[in-house]
Amino acid sequence: MFAVEDLSAAYGPVKALNGVTFTAARGQVTAVLGANGAGKTTLLRTVSGLVRSTKGSVKLNDKDITRTATEKLTSYGLSHVPEGRGVIAELTVTENLRLGGLHRATGSEPMPVERVFELFPRLGERREATAHTLSGGERQMLVIGRALMARPTVLLLDEPSLGLAPRVVAQIFDLLRGLVQTEELTVVLVEQNARSALSIADHGVVLNLGKVVASAPAAELAADEQLRHAYLGF
Amino acid sequence: MQQFLDTTLGGLVLGAVYAAFALALCLIWRSTRIVNFAQAAMAMVTTYIALSLINADVPYWVAFMAAIAAGFGLGAVIERVIIRPVEGKAELNAVILTLGLFMVLHGLTAITFGVQHRGFPAPVGTSAISVGDTSIGITPFGILTIVVVALVMAGLVVLFRFTDLGLRMRAAAFNGEVSRLLGVRVGRMLTLGWALAAAVGAVAGMLIAGGDLVNPAFMDPFVIYGFIAAVLGGLDSPLGSVIGGLILGLSLSYVTGYVGEHLAPLVALGILMVVLLVRPSGLFAAAAARRV
Repeated sequence: MFAVEDLSAAYGPVKALNGVTFTAARGQVTAVLGANGAGKTTLLRTVSGLVRSTKGSVKLNDKDITRTATEKLTSYGLSHVPEGRGVIAELTVTENLRLGGLHRATGSEPMPVERVFELFPRLGERREATAHTLSGGERQMLVIGRALMARPTVLLLDEPSLGLAPRVVAQIFDLLRGLVQTEELTVVLVEQNARSALSIADHGVVLNLGKVVASAPAAELAADEQLRHAYLGF
Repeated sequence: MQQFLDTTLGGLVLGAVYAAFALALCLIWRSTRIVNFAQAAMAMVTTYIALSLINADVPYWVAFMAAIAAGFGLGAVIERVIIRPVEGKAELNAVILTLGLFMVLHGLTAITFGVQHRGFPAPVGTSAISVGDTSIGITPFGILTIVVVALVMAGLVVLFRFTDLGLRMRAAAFNGEVSRLLGVRVGRMLTLGWALAAAVGAVAGMLIAGGDLVNPAFMDPFVIYGFIAAVLGGLDSPLGSVIGGLILGLSLSYVTGYVGEHLAPLVALGILMVVLLVRPSGLFAAAAARRV
């Protein structure tokens, strides 16, 4: 289980996160939704220690990981896939994956690169390609595959649908849904594309101006017309 | 024909040294995006350390290893203490710092060891090898130079291509934030990058000094030549640095052999100008597609 409690962060005088509280249950997808600037990316960056929290706590399986050094989080089983498809463009597909497996969750078995190629056959075909030659969809597959190499129990995904064609988004979300079941993952999915995200999420959290304005089962959020119009844009 | 062979061999030896030096610049550029103008001065310091040991009757190869170890330590300390505080700030800050460091190291060496020229021994002969009656334009030390530089290069290729540590170092250099998210201790990798570069620089210093005279300024031309070689090959590419070094060494050797020694620095600067005008990212830079 992954729990964020009263988490706050600021960029100078601007409060970007203001007492955010939610829980993401094991084996479920929790979507974090909201408009541009609502604090979604800041939320993930604060959890990962890339932005310093000013208040609150983050718990991973009852272990307090607030303000843990970013470099240590993968060993605790938390992998964060940043926004903008953070492949290391200069390395090959295989090298990116190998890198992902170097610092995996403590006590976990190493994951063979071949296993990722089974999940994403397209990556297998391009295994020796330098990552900057990959398409947007392939890059997204690569960063998800790379995160899995660390054997995480919690996977934070920042806008995986950004800039991808709807067909590719559907494909990646399907894969994600499957992974949650087979790997027993806890997924926190930050998305601006609320409609797609809610279609695979179990639970949804809506942020606005750094605060949680709604937290409910995904189906309930999708059915709430007023909320959808006000915050989710569909 | 004889002269052509001589100048070519001489150029290869010279080129190997430039290559080693360009490699050191390239390692630092790749890990921290800084052109280290103190590289030559750092190598000069480690060479003086080796000289003191040799003068104290320490065997040559032990002193050689000590110079490498000293370079490794010096590089690590400089990155950690001097460069780290300005990392992530304007790039010019760090470059100015390395220029300042160049002068400080120069001054400290002069104070400690004096400014007079001193002889530096070589572990093998430094006169041209003869085959039958004709001497060919390469010395045993020249051959040693080429072999050592080839070994250093091979070692670096193995490190970066085939080891996990090398993968971590490359990742940290290319994308620090993503690497941290993957668990790589980026700061440590950058320190290691500087340490490794300074160790390679120390090797270059030993090869330049061998069988020659040293004073605190003996490495200064290499600030320019190493930089030209690295830019020629593309600062980003280790292979390019090596080829850039060889091209520069051969060119300067031909100019010296056929035209005149005094023209060499001018030609070197001419090459730099042409490269910057025609292909500013270097002959072997991995194209503009990189920063996507």
